[in-house]
Amino acid sequence: MTELLRIEGLTVAPVAQPERRLVNNVSFSLKTGRTICIVGESGSGKSLTALSVMGLLSPALKRTSGSIVFQGQDLAGFSNLAMQDIRGKRIGMIFQEPMTSLNPVLNVGFQIGETLTCHLGLTGKALKVKVGELLEQVGIPADRANSYPDEMSGGQRQRVMIAMSIACEPAMLIADEPTTALDVTVQAQILRLLADLKHRMNMGMLFITHDFGVVADIADDVVVMFRGEVVEMGSVEQVLGKPRHPYTRALLDCVPDAEGRKPLKPIDYAWLNEVSA
Amino acid sequence: MSDIILSATGLTKTYQQRSGRFGFGSTVVKALDNVSLQLKQGTTLAVVGESGSGKSTLARCLLQLLPLDAGQVIFEHVDLATLRGDALRAARRHLQMVFQDPFASLNPRMRVGEIVGEGLLIHGMGSAAERRERVLRMLQRVGLTAADMLKFPHEFSGGQRQRIGIARALVLEPRVVVCDEPVSALDVSIQAQILLLLKELQQEMGLSYLFISHDLRVVRHVADEVVVMHHGRIVEQGGVEQLYSDPQQEYTRNLLNSIPGRHRAAEATN
Ligand SMILES: Nc1ncnc2c1ncn2[C@@H]1O[C@H](COP(=O)(O)OP(=O)(O)OP(=O)(O)O)[C@@H](O)[C@H]1O
Ligand SMILES: Nc1ncnc2c1ncn2[C@@H]1O[C@H](COP(=O)(O)OP(=O)(O)OP(=O)(O)O)[C@@H](O)[C@H]1O
Ligand SMILES: [Mg+2]
Ligand SMILES: [Mg+2]
Repeated sequence: MTELLRIEGLTVAPVAQPERRLVNNVSFSLKTGRTICIVGESGSGKSLTALSVMGLLSPALKRTSGSIVFQGQDLAGFSNLAMQDIRGKRIGMIFQEPMTSLNPVLNVGFQIGETLTCHLGLTGKALKVKVGELLEQVGIPADRANSYPDEMSGGQRQRVMIAMSIACEPAMLIADEPTTALDVTVQAQILRLLADLKHRMNMGMLFITHDFGVVADIADDVVVMFRGEVVEMGSVEQVLGKPRHPYTRALLDCVPDAEGRKPLKPIDYAWLNEVSA
Repeated sequence: MSDIILSATGLTKTYQQRSGRFGFGSTVVKALDNVSLQLKQGTTLAVVGESGSGKSTLARCLLQLLPLDAGQVIFEHVDLATLRGDALRAARRHLQMVFQDPFASLNPRMRVGEIVGEGLLIHGMGSAAERRERVLRMLQRVGLTAADMLKFPHEFSGGQRQRIGIARALVLEPRVVVCDEPVSALDVSIQAQILLLLKELQQEMGLSYLFISHDLRVVRHVADEVVVMHHGRIVEQGGVEQLYSDPQQEYTRNLLNSIPGRHRAAEATN
């Protein structure tokens, strides 16, 4: 197992308000063939951390400090063109909002094919076959390649994104809530597909999710974020079994049980502020 | 005892899909095939089912956001298809929707305060000051702040956007809310907060919900009754307890058995 990604001291803030740290001093590293799940509060900086790695932060935001090293190379030194080559080919990404990352005027087969042509040089019959295979792997009939994004259901769009992101068998996959719109049976199929890539290709995975059932099933390690910071990280057994930080404990207390019988109880933030002060 | 507030009979909806080698051919897909259901006043009816089974299509057809091929939707004893003008507008206020894709449904050029307050303005509810006050209170109930009113949608995280969509629907104090995967992008604490809020409003105002979700743990908490969809058809329906304890269909049993983390979670508690 070699190191695939190392994030050190990553800090992100709005250009106009550099003191408002949306991501604050985040550090962790991912090895080949491993899966890290990032969990945490809504708005805690999980997506911004992922977008920073891809070099896709909005122009209104800025990485104010920290370094991101991928396969031994500091991504800060990369030109836009070099980053474009890495995206899709060496790092795949599934975005949280599928509709904003799919092109509405191109059919989905074309969009999946584009990645394959651009990075692997596939064309013609071979391309068509591969696109069909990818769609089938995510549970969509191959003949839906002709459909446009707005002709697909929420979960189907999400799966088109997944097919695009793994098309080139990237060394690392960043998946931001990739299965939120999927029912459990399709979700299980997707998780098996990703696990297979992980074993076969030794792919490393950074997986953002709110679903602790998924975390328990797929994570090797877990990173917990709260208000822009990493408050806890460790093996999945440790974080889920013996959480140390009060926020992690409070969050785990809110997890619904599989039967859905446990009463609903959100975190008592007044209490949390007191104990973490 | 309970009145039927929304009822649908024989809903059928087909889509043309491009097919064939160059996409010039077309095939017809039945996204809804003779679907009938009834929502009782003050209760929650959950719709579960596989991705692509027609849940969002059903939601849109119920609210007349998509034209039906056949079938009828009755809201408070009136056929929605017969309404025009003011009557239609009035019905619209009381029939709200929380969309599955929050970002695509928020106007990127409007500030959040305007987005959430737009319905109040359209329906002439309250003075400017009262509207602002209502918007603020609803945003706070979904865990957002006064400062957020001045921001644009792209300045929010996925879960925050989902909450903006929820606030926009609830601020109108509607009678029926169709929620399409309303809590799927929320952390478990905020998820609990929103589900409790929906229940609170149900008790305060007698709201009725059609609640689309793939998360059976969530459904168990909120639903009184459940319908299970498969390939555009309702394959099973009944009370929530009955469905959990005695699922009749293979597909429903599969859904229950595939809840993630059941295996490891069971190991951990042993
Ligand atoms: N373009 C932007 N301008 C200003 N603030 C932003 C911008 N994008 C995100 N933010 C803020 O940064 C914080 C972190 O956002 P991020 O999207 O990383 O959250 P997240 O952890 O992914 O949350 P969720 O689970 O809800 O998706 C949020 O409070 C959000 O409001
Ligand atoms: N505009 C359209 N044109 C053609 N086909 C469509 C269109 N919209 C939806 N479909 C198809 O109709 C079927 C039902 O879609 P719908 O969005 O209702 O599913 P859903 O149950 O909401 O799925 P999900 O859980 O993935 O959101 C799907 O197979 C979808 O691909
Ligand atoms: Mg996010
Ligand atoms: Mg849907």
